[in-house]
Amino acid sequence: MILLAFVLQTIRIAIPYLLAAAGGVISERVGVIALGLEGMMLAGAFGAVLGSYYGGSAWVGLACAMLAGVIVALIMALCTLRYRADQVVVGIAVNLLVIGATRFFLRLSFDSASNSPRVDGFGGEGSGLGVMASFSNPIVWIGLLALPVLGWLLFRTPFGLRVRAVGEKPEAAATLGVPVRSLQLRGLLLCGILASLGGAYLALDQHQFTDSMTAGRGFIALAAIIFGRWMPLRVAAACLLFAAAETLQIQLQGAQLVPSQFVELIPYVLTIVALAGVVGKSVPPAALGKAQ
Amino acid sequence: MRRTLYLLGALVAAHLLLLTITPSGATIAPEGEGLDIGIVFDVGGRGDKSFNDGAYLGGLLAADSLSARVRYIEPGEGSDREAGLRLLAAEGMDLVLAVGFIFTDDVLTLAKDYPDVKFAGVDYALSFDDAGNPLPLPDNLVALKFREEEGSFLVGAMAALVGESKKVGFIGGMDIGLIHKFEAGYRAGVMHVCPDCEVLVQYAGVTPEAFKNPGKGKELALSQYNQGVNVIYHASGSTGLGVFEAARTTGKLAIGVDADQYAEAPGHVLTSMVKGIDAAVFDAARAVQDGTFQGGVRVFGLAERGVGYVYDDNNRALIPDSVRTRLQALEEDIIAGRIRVPSTR
Repeated sequence: MILLAFVLQTIRIAIPYLLAAAGGVISERVGVIALGLEGMMLAGAFGAVLGSYYGGSAWVGLACAMLAGVIVALIMALCTLRYRADQVVVGIAVNLLVIGATRFFLRLSFDSASNSPRVDGFGGEGSGLGVMASFSNPIVWIGLLALPVLGWLLFRTPFGLRVRAVGEKPEAAATLGVPVRSLQLRGLLLCGILASLGGAYLALDQHQFTDSMTAGRGFIALAAIIFGRWMPLRVAAACLLFAAAETLQIQLQGAQLVPSQFVELIPYVLTIVALAGVVGKSVPPAALGKAQ
Repeated sequence: MRRTLYLLGALVAAHLLLLTITPSGATIAPEGEGLDIGIVFDVGGRGDKSFNDGAYLGGLLAADSLSARVRYIEPGEGSDREAGLRLLAAEGMDLVLAVGFIFTDDVLTLAKDYPDVKFAGVDYALSFDDAGNPLPLPDNLVALKFREEEGSFLVGAMAALVGESKKVGFIGGMDIGLIHKFEAGYRAGVMHVCPDCEVLVQYAGVTPEAFKNPGKGKELALSQYNQGVNVIYHASGSTGLGVFEAARTTGKLAIGVDADQYAEAPGHVLTSMVKGIDAAVFDAARAVQDGTFQGGVRVFGLAERGVGYVYDDNNRALIPDSVRTRLQALEEDIIAGRIRVPSTR
């Protein structure tokens, strides 16, 4: 029973990480650094609440979340692909832009810069914590399947081969007739959609949007991508590992065994360890950050 | 080159267009004879349904009954907090209010820079000299402080009496002294009525983000409810919205903070530990109006009705009469000094 509670909580915490990390893997596999994940998630969370509030259904919210993610991805694409701006700078700028923009539109729509009213989500009041309640949420399914499907897509299909070629050596891919720019754009848009679903999960689970409610989850996803060495299944394992650490901290904190600061460090320490090459070599796609 | 210029032109046009939009929240206070009051909100801003909205209510009250002109500034992230205060001070406001402990250093500096402007800091954090005495404040600065531990003591006692469980929960936002005050009072309240009870204490994090992470709040609360806790008290800003969400999901109870948070989860909010921020803000405004403003520290506890808990038509059904009677007795004991509530853990 305790084990089941642990697993369920780990999954609930991991879903936003899994979705954002899936988006980030595609983005980085086509050579665009996924620093904007946090912004895409936040935009998705806001879009979900806006859609669910005005559309009256969580499904409309889901659609609006994806739209918001696509808009943010298009802004990134415009800056990095069209105008070749530095990807790191653009990523950080996009995150800040979304924080400001969500506050601005929050005030316009709901007359408050911090919270939205309550909206419809998946699962109602008193739905409990059981297996059924957790898995009746469609975003949970999308989150669990995203990275395995992505793994199949990247390594078992011609499309995946092209994506990887673009991320490793775009010039070579271009000489073979692969539409580099178009693939990069599609990769970024897919990234926006997936990451925004991660944000939508957070917002619909709370039935509410709160200013900056993603609270750094996009960066944890980025850490998972690096720790998982850009391999979808390993990235999924990394997401689950980070979520399990957080669950452990939540469960242990009551007992005051481990300082909470320590557990909050885990994802970042592991990422540094991975980058330092302690657990095998961590090699990013060769053309990462150099989109042509 | 020409295309870049067009693009720039379009951007400038869009920017100018956006400047004309007035968010519906930014209503300009009615013109009047009275004071000019400026209020700068804490992180979270208006609509947080607790802390800042309390200050907003106080401002409204001052606008209504003192016909004061009130201006509100909602700073975003980072360093423009001080800029907001400075702007108001430089405009020659009669009273500038800074809402939140985060303004402590800024408001002290500005009070020295603008000796003619009166300042008030809600939840101002006093500094102490080596001997442990508080450092004196400038004449034009009043620190409005609350004995949160006293209100927390009462809701702690209520949680233990109503909860029908030997375990009660507490969820804090950022792990800092200010929040430890709530925890210490709450724990003392629980222990006073139920010495063999256990208080589960969890914090959402160690950065200011811990005050706006409802996802984390929900998971923390779910794990406490899972361990047999029936009532959770939160002192965690927007993170607490997740605690209410968890109460809804599991059908258990939560206790709100700062303002009456009943509307967050009707039927699942046992009560709220309220701080009379509105009254404190209004008092400061009236003192300036009457010319009785005095610098220094003003502390609002149970005796001053500065803190308390909500007991009204909404939650009367959740609180048995015997519990209500017991709490009233405890309240008298605290006011009379028969019970000393600790403010540190």
